[in-house]
Amino acid sequence: MSASLLVVAAFLASAVEAVEALTIVLAVGVTRGWRSPLLGVSAALVVLAGIVAVLGPALTALPISTLRVFVGGLLLVFGLQWLRKAILRSSGLKALHDEDAIFREQAEHARAIGALAPARMDWYSFTIAFKGVLLEGLEVAFIVVTFGSNQGSIPLAAAGAAAAVVVVVAGGMAVRAPLSRVPENTLKYGVGLLLVTFGTFWGAEGAGADWPGSDAAILGLLVFYLAVSRVLVLLLTRSARAVPEPAAAAE
Amino acid sequence: MSRLAGLARFLYEFVVGDDITIAVGVVAALAVTAAFPNVGGGAFWIVPVVVVALLGVSVGRVARKG
Repeated sequence: MSASLLVVAAFLASAVEAVEALTIVLAVGVTRGWRSPLLGVSAALVVLAGIVAVLGPALTALPISTLRVFVGGLLLVFGLQWLRKAILRSSGLKALHDEDAIFREQAEHARAIGALAPARMDWYSFTIAFKGVLLEGLEVAFIVVTFGSNQGSIPLAAAGAAAAVVVVVAGGMAVRAPLSRVPENTLKYGVGLLLVTFGTFWGAEGAGADWPGSDAAILGLLVFYLAVSRVLVLLLTRSARAVPEPAAAAE
Repeated sequence: MSRLAGLARFLYEFVVGDDITIAVGVVAALAVTAAFPNVGGGAFWIVPVVVVALLGVSVGRVARKG
């Protein structure tokens, strides 16, 4: 069960970040040509592969209990950020991620920079694509390294992440537009839940706690956190509705 | 020096994010679990309880700010 959840977590996290990176690359590619942004994407992928190749073996060299506390703690801190934002978005307290708006904004900015001779290297496009893919990909690299090292299978986690990139890029090439129909916020919610669940399980186990039911506790934790997060969304939505509009309150 | 400071700031924002109480709470929960692994019939419940409290406090703070 852990291995399949590992692949699911890596796939979903990678899919979300790939959608965001694709929007940035599409915006500069469509507006200013493809050569330079694709070089930027390639450079970022090489850096990301290097990070996984260096950090993965370094983490697996740690004793298992130390590794679990360290990785569990990091996943918890990281996952709680994702889950917190997902709860705030679901309850309307934070704006939803809008790929169409981000695409328009990036494309307008790329046009404003001005035209370029076709044969020349476009460092603006290179840098935007490089930064976009590197920054979005760092979170995926982090998840692949932490999940993979704890489960003893970094290649499995990397395969899950790579599969998501292939699916997203194929989708983007097919529609030649940002993948705004991907339920990005729901996916982020799911990834946040998975990160917090595995972070709790590994962190507590590494710190010396014994889980009732062993690995089956992972599923219990996932259901528990899902229920808690839905209750929080419900409470926040109700409290937001209960706040009177300023004009109505004055009347 | 400014590049080092920039890298440190990036790593802080990447890992800790915009609510440091979450990171502090997680470290405290793991430390208490490690210190008292047999408390209350096994310390497995400490981290989930702290996680729920941290989530509630963190999103509640944003809600109050509006």
